[in-house]
Amino acid sequence: MSESVLFDAPGPRTRRRMVWVNVAATVVVVGIGAWVLSRLGAKGQLNPDLWTIFLTADPWVDYLLPGLVGTLRAAAIAIVTSAVFGLVFGLGRLSASRTVRAVSGAVVEFFRAVPVLLMMIFFWLGLSRLDLVEPRDLPLVAVVLGLTFYNGSVFAELVRSGVHNLPKGQREAALAVGLRRSQSLRLVEVPQALLAMLPAIASQLVVILKDTALGYIITYPELLDAARRLGSGQGNILQSLVVAALIFIVINYALTRLAGLLAGRVGLRTSGRAKAEPPSLVVATGTTPT
Amino acid sequence: MDDGYLEQFLSLFDQFDVLAAFWVNIQLTFYAGILALVLGTVLAMMRISPVPSLRWAGSTYVTLLRNTPLTIIVVFCVLGLWGQLGLVLSTDFQTNFFRLAVLGLSVYHAAFVCEALRSGVNTVPVGQAEAARAIGLGFWASARLVILPQAFRGAIAPLGNVLIALTKNSTVAAAGSVAEASGLMKTMIEFRPDVILLIFFTFAFGFVLIVVPLGLATTTLSRRLAVAR
Repeated sequence: MSESVLFDAPGPRTRRRMVWVNVAATVVVVGIGAWVLSRLGAKGQLNPDLWTIFLTADPWVDYLLPGLVGTLRAAAIAIVTSAVFGLVFGLGRLSASRTVRAVSGAVVEFFRAVPVLLMMIFFWLGLSRLDLVEPRDLPLVAVVLGLTFYNGSVFAELVRSGVHNLPKGQREAALAVGLRRSQSLRLVEVPQALLAMLPAIASQLVVILKDTALGYIITYPELLDAARRLGSGQGNILQSLVVAALIFIVINYALTRLAGLLAGRVGLRTSGRAKAEPPSLVVATGTTPT
Repeated sequence: MDDGYLEQFLSLFDQFDVLAAFWVNIQLTFYAGILALVLGTVLAMMRISPVPSLRWAGSTYVTLLRNTPLTIIVVFCVLGLWGQLGLVLSTDFQTNFFRLAVLGLSVYHAAFVCEALRSGVNTVPVGQAEAARAIGLGFWASARLVILPQAFRGAIAPLGNVLIALTKNSTVAAAGSVAEASGLMKTMIEFRPDVILLIFFTFAFGFVLIVVPLGLATTTLSRRLAVAR
């Protein structure tokens, strides 16, 4: 907010000066761009054949779309399972029983501290010994489990801080009309907390989608893997990776916009505060003590 | 669990240098953290500056980098920058991969550092900026003397979160052929699949041991340094 007061509305002198700074900044940016392009050109990466192949159907039908389907499938399953995990442990952290609170807290804190990749590798190699899933589905299951434990823990924190950030009157009113504490949680507090947290949840979806790319390391056939295979087949690895990144950027940007829209919509339907959050690495969940 | 089992597990530590692998992660985090902090501060300055083209360049960078998976960035650094464009950061093979991974980690996390600093700027009350303007300070002077010192102190908690995420994300360097903890865990499990649980929990607790103190230090620091208002 303070960006707008850091400087006044520019006067004539500042406007003149700004034109020069704008020109200088543009020259620098264009210069960097031109340098990159010349480097690319010198290495033969600007050869139109390497790029125009993406205007034909084949790389999309054979590689990129199946890869995207793999990415979206893993993300979709992980979103559902993380939501369940998050709801269970979020309620656990709000439980009246001290033991349940402590156990849920320890589980959530543990899985938030362990790198997702570590969990994926563990499930991938561990499940292959147990013979529980088809070897073909193994990477998918490992990706989904890894994503679930981490993002589920983040969701659990969101549920908890969402409930803590509701006005106290909501619970007091629920108890006053004769609801039990668990009923108050289930019927009054958690639904409103979820609504208030919807924008934050939506931006966590971006994190889930991005992290499916870790599946590349454990041989899950997703978009990055497809792009790499396409690139090494066609000799345009650089171009394929750029296209894959652009696909991710477009989808994630749309999700972020959706989160912003949601924040405006649901704000009226909850007594909590719905705030649009840009996708972040760690969801700040406030400093409310348990 | 009999004695032999535990002994066999412990003998793994003679064959594999777990601490050295974690040391690689810490080094990745350290160098990438410093580079990301520098680049992120520059980006944040651009985004709050009065010059529209700089603001635009800064926010475009953040939008693009923040929405790209880190794995793609690291793979791009190795297969694209090194493999295709011949960017060599060191003549030593391993050091080269290490530096490419640091580069990938830095450019990705710089976007988040920028956002953390911007949220720090947002904690500074409007009155501070207005007062700075009122006593005649220009943009640079008010940013340098009034806004940024308070913004950095307000940004400690989000910056700490970025550092914690960077620590965990340093495992993604495995996608860039850097020998670090997650790769060693994979090798150890493949070598001794029967003690997979113990191996996993060793590595997991290794990260908990790094991340939890970082989190505690962040909270303490941000409380102690918070501008009293």
